[in-house]
Amino acid sequence: MKTADRTEEPANALDVRGLRLRLPGTARPVLDGVDLTVAPRETVALVGESGSGKTLTSRTALGLLPPGATAEGRVLVDGEDVLTMGPDRLRALRTGRAAMVFQDPRAAVNPLRRIGDFLTEGVRLGGRTDAAEADRRAVELLDAVGLGPELLRRYPGQLSGGMLQRVMIAAALMGDPALLLADEPTTALDVTSQAEVIALLDRLRERFGTGLLFVTHDLGLAAAISDRVHVMYAGRIVESGPAEELFRRPRHPYTAALLAATPRLDAPPGRLAAIDGQPPDLRLELTGCAFAARCRYATELCREQAPAAHPVACHHPLEGSRADA
Amino acid sequence: MPEPVLDVRNLCRSFGTVRAVDDVSFTLPAGGSLGIVGESGSGKTTTARIVVGLDRADAGEVLVGGRAGTGRARGRTERLARAREVQMVFQDPYLSLDPRTSVEAVLRETLRLHVPGTDHARRIRELLDQVGLGGRAAEALPRQLSGGQRQRVAIARALAVQPAVLVLDEAVAALDVSVQAQVLNLLADIRERTGVGYLFITHDLGVVRCVTDEVVVMRHGRIVESGPTAQVLDDPQHAYTRLLLESVPRPGWDPDRIAAARRALEERPAGRPAP
Repeated sequence: MKTADRTEEPANALDVRGLRLRLPGTARPVLDGVDLTVAPRETVALVGESGSGKTLTSRTALGLLPPGATAEGRVLVDGEDVLTMGPDRLRALRTGRAAMVFQDPRAAVNPLRRIGDFLTEGVRLGGRTDAAEADRRAVELLDAVGLGPELLRRYPGQLSGGMLQRVMIAAALMGDPALLLADEPTTALDVTSQAEVIALLDRLRERFGTGLLFVTHDLGLAAAISDRVHVMYAGRIVESGPAEELFRRPRHPYTAALLAATPRLDAPPGRLAAIDGQPPDLRLELTGCAFAARCRYATELCREQAPAAHPVACHHPLEGSRADA
Repeated sequence: MPEPVLDVRNLCRSFGTVRAVDDVSFTLPAGGSLGIVGESGSGKTTTARIVVGLDRADAGEVLVGGRAGTGRARGRTERLARAREVQMVFQDPYLSLDPRTSVEAVLRETLRLHVPGTDHARRIRELLDQVGLGGRAAEALPRQLSGGQRQRVAIARALAVQPAVLVLDEAVAALDVSVQAQVLNLLADIRERTGVGYLFITHDLGVVRCVTDEVVVMRHGRIVESGPTAQVLDDPQHAYTRLLLESVPRPGWDPDRIAAARRALEERPAGRPAP
């Protein structure tokens, strides 16, 4: 199990260093130097809009690269580099050390197979557990997510969306993962079921010592549940920080603009501060900051030179509290 | 108080033994904006479909501009007349636009159906302009447009016949935050300029706060609370409205408490008579 990449300290559940991902037909990398870590028992949120690269980043942790993609950098899951793994070790990784809960639970199950089959097939095919042991584990995890053992005999169509998402979480925990990736796991659910699924993820993370990477477009949700938040824009992490801090005092103009554009309960009715324009096209080369074209603080410098990534990828980070105007 | 452009009275609709819509009444003043909030199964979408004429009510009536239009429209003339009064924008513009029809052709087809025999080039430019799409978008097919642009096309198509009411069923739910804000602002501008009324079906209370004057909260097919938006959101009277408000994630949010409150509410389904 030991590799050269292991450090003396207990390994992070996820440790991404300088990840750069290129796709055929694009002029610049879709992921451009992503750094992030998730410690055991920690919840880290990755926030961004469509095309920002948040989902690509999380899928890379499972070795799921788009066709034709080339990756540079290191992606260590529980101390092992995913990018250098062969097919066999990747398969073992996906049924063991890392697991993912997707947005739409209905799309992630075979409707013709029973919940019990679905829960146990990964560990049974991995050859590490026999059928009886797998069933015992499935019942234990169903109990942990608040569902009874009778569900093993049911079909996905007989369960509500919220129940099925809890089954997905149980399934993800079957291999006792060090890292749980949750990609918009509550987007397809009602708001009150969302709370239930989040509460559950939180309890399980504590109980099983799993590191949780939570991918979402919802800044409010990210701030509500995570220890740290990374905000992504056009393939780069533009700002990182403790959730509350980032929510109260965003320093990158994009984070501030995103917060201002979100319809909020505590905001007065009326027009929102929309962000004009669109994210940059992947087919175009970029010089300077990717957000410059939409940024009200942008200067000549921003258009000519890309800002360094840490701690805020901005030449002119905002100071003090956010102007709510 | 202006004459309501939409007057919904005691609507009921059952599917088998399920009462999807159970004695629902509300009015939308001309040029007003009314939100219907609820979770899946609350009956909000069924209500919207009855208002547009895509579904029929078992009982109750829908008055548009004072005229009754209950049930599914019969015959082409009646259907077109209804369509000129109430139009709908759906959640996913990719599913509601024909992938092989260009933006311009979509609008021309709609206009030709309702106002045959005239040249619509000017009106098409006007509509595209109104939803903030440049002349270049006119030639594009839906797949060549972004999600926000596609939703603008769907809005332009709905506005083409100058309806009195626009029903927006989760029309901004699938959009990214920055695009969603652009579309919500656009909708506010259009209402100001044209005086069209909005019926906003949504689960997002932030959106309701932003774009509606009044709100109706539905649960299990019934209206549990209604009133001016600010009043309902600032001082909710019904336990379910409070639960919905508490469920909105924010820093310091306690999902465990919400989950407990939800279970408590499920166990005492107050105000729900047996069917």
